[in-house]
Amino acid sequence: MSKPKVGFYWCAACGGCEEAVVDLHEEILNVVAAVDILFWPVALDFKREDVEKLHERELAVSFINGAIRSSEQFEMVELLRKKSGLLIAFGSCSHLGGIPGLANLFNRESILANSYKEAFSVENPQGFYPQESIQVPEGKVTLPALWNTVKTLDQVIDVDYYLPGCPPPVELIKEALGAILAGKLPEKGAVLAPDKALCEVCPRKESKPEKPQLREFKRPHEIVIDTEKCLLAQGLLCLGSATRSGCGSACVNGNMPCTGCMGPTSRVLDYGAKALSAIASLVGSNDEKEIAAILSKIADPTGTFYRYSLPASLLHRAYKPEQGGK
Amino acid sequence: MKREILIDPITRLEGHGKIDIFLNENGDVDRAYLQIPELRGFEKFAEGRPAEDMPQITSRISGVCPTAHHMAATRALDDLYKVEPPDSAKKIRELIYSLFFVEDHALHFFFLGGPDFIVGPTAPKGERNILGVLGKVGMEIGKEVIGVRKELRELISLAGGKVIHPVFGLPGGVARPLKKEEQTKFIAGAEHAVKFAQFSLGIFNDVVLKNKQYVDWILSDTYTHKTYYMGLVDENNRVNFYDGKIRVVAPEGKEFLKFKPQEYLEHIAEHVEPWSYIKFCYLKDIGWKGFEEGADSGIYAVAPLARLNASDGMATPLAQEAYEQYFTTLGGKPVHHTLANHWARLIELLYAAERSLQLAKDPEIVNPNVRTIPTEIPTEGIGVVEAPRGTLFHHYQTDEKGIVKKANLIVATQNNAARMAMSVDKAAKGLIKEGQVDDGLLNMVEMGFRAYDPCHGCATHCLPGQTPLWVRLFDAEHRLIQEIKHNGGL
Repeated sequence: MSKPKVGFYWCAACGGCEEAVVDLHEEILNVVAAVDILFWPVALDFKREDVEKLHERELAVSFINGAIRSSEQFEMVELLRKKSGLLIAFGSCSHLGGIPGLANLFNRESILANSYKEAFSVENPQGFYPQESIQVPEGKVTLPALWNTVKTLDQVIDVDYYLPGCPPPVELIKEALGAILAGKLPEKGAVLAPDKALCEVCPRKESKPEKPQLREFKRPHEIVIDTEKCLLAQGLLCLGSATRSGCGSACVNGNMPCTGCMGPTSRVLDYGAKALSAIASLVGSNDEKEIAAILSKIADPTGTFYRYSLPASLLHRAYKPEQGGK
Repeated sequence: MKREILIDPITRLEGHGKIDIFLNENGDVDRAYLQIPELRGFEKFAEGRPAEDMPQITSRISGVCPTAHHMAATRALDDLYKVEPPDSAKKIRELIYSLFFVEDHALHFFFLGGPDFIVGPTAPKGERNILGVLGKVGMEIGKEVIGVRKELRELISLAGGKVIHPVFGLPGGVARPLKKEEQTKFIAGAEHAVKFAQFSLGIFNDVVLKNKQYVDWILSDTYTHKTYYMGLVDENNRVNFYDGKIRVVAPEGKEFLKFKPQEYLEHIAEHVEPWSYIKFCYLKDIGWKGFEEGADSGIYAVAPLARLNASDGMATPLAQEAYEQYFTTLGGKPVHHTLANHWARLIELLYAAERSLQLAKDPEIVNPNVRTIPTEIPTEGIGVVEAPRGTLFHHYQTDEKGIVKKANLIVATQNNAARMAMSVDKAAKGLIKEGQVDDGLLNMVEMGFRAYDPCHGCATHCLPGQTPLWVRLFDAEHRLIQEIKHNGGL
């Protein structure tokens, strides 16, 4: 029997998801023994035309990381959808929009102007931008069109499963590969990770406050962080109570708060709203003014609670007329 | 007949890119364009975020070198709050950073760039990769490579929370002290790293330097440009990745500039071209003169080849020996051969390994005091480190609460963008003649950029937008006869 064929591709991403696959280390040799990888630009020399030549659904599974924000990325994921039996959104950016999704707080023009006209170091006296199509002396060269709004993968094509995390934890990648190869996958649309909140499995959970008692929020640079005690109890905005587990409490083990990259559990529609309410419910006051004063210490609510999920949120993006929102 | 050849996507690098090659009537190359088709907008969406979140947000510029962005941002936060971390924290940072350099440079040599030599530049495309490398060097050596990377990456996770997108950096220190019982693991890992570095240089010596064809390619004009070179150096002008001044040497090898990170805007600027989303850095002191090499053009290079050229030596003994051998073999300083980057990278790998061993053994590394709490009101901070792929600049302006108002990032690969574009063009011109082209030759064109280990994920951290219009009309001799420009609002 021929081996199942597999593709990996990246869109608006950082390459961390590719590294996470390489972090399978010696086990990647087992993966390679079990499947044929037919597309993986970071590591293999197969080109777009090689993918175009494949039959429909010839790839048993494609793993796609990165958010979608350009015409080229859209074309590539449409192409891979056609060529793939299963398609997996791999990592926070394709799952929820990820950190590049914070660009949805602004519009394309303001970002463009920032980069090509206003940056401290740019010298562009005529103030022009890169072009989608340009006549050069030798012919015409083109660049992809960039969208005004960053999208999640399932906002542009049909997605079968999701591997959460920034990047997905190696253990979850291994389990997902095992389940795919064994044909033992859950219901379509599932997130391939434990469905418990991080706080429930956190090594510091014994010291988590049970009752609302937070009187002051601290920013991580303002205090010496205790290495044993619950971070929330120390006043830090740790989002473990709203966030799916499966990461091995990596950031907490690094003595820093959870920032929510694994996204919500299956019972939550909008991650940021859930995280905000989880934190607000721990504020130890019934006085409106006092509550407002305590919450005002949260320096950047949008960037904190929607750090990885703005495109997947109910609002998708900022809607200010001057920012070109619709 | 005129033809256009597209390499899409370019492969074995971090991030996106394509190469558009135009052939003239004779089938020779008129010009090859290395284009970067993607951008994301980090500088803009940094606005409004708390400065202390920058190390974790900007690490998402690149998941291959997250530690570099994390570190540059952390250094910028020290400067922003005018706070000096305790020695223990500085040492933990540099230890993590040195281990990162080892595993990252190893990734390039064995997974990304090295297959072109170990497997061969014109080997079938299905074999020019890590699997082909394992096939050539044997599974035992392959497992050694994989094993060392695993050990070092686990150590980075231990000290930094995560290896991909670490969380250790705070203004004035690191989040987590190292425990006494953890120190032995770091010493053991660093010892492995030193052996691994020597072993990798041995492979380079056997596979590349003993192969006359490869040496001829390295020395050939096709892969050579005489430009300025930049790198961070310590007080003795030795290579440093974490701290120091920025030194620039001229194409003939003399020191041209030496300046503090905070002075970068006096010396570095970015040029915009309509056919790529990347911005092209150049030395302001010389100016942008187009895609030209030589002392009259402001184009410069960064990363291993440039760092060795811009320094007077390495700060550790084994790396210093390797440094001397490198310049003796390649005919003295500076070395202008782009493919020599691969060798220079392994010499740096050895330095990083030796440095990590020094730091791991330092008794101060387990001092539990790893924080100086900032007390100053923040306004502006600049942090510069050497990323594996070159000099990396982070610059933030904030309000009095430390909320970012404006950010400027010049990432490693951008510094190399102009030279890299020239390298691809020159490689295409040198390799493709009379319309004869095949997969192997096109891969050798790609080797023109691959030697730099570019990170186009990094280089495209900012985001472009709608399509303004720029029409240039040329006559048959390629003379510009008319130019029409329009911006935005279309």
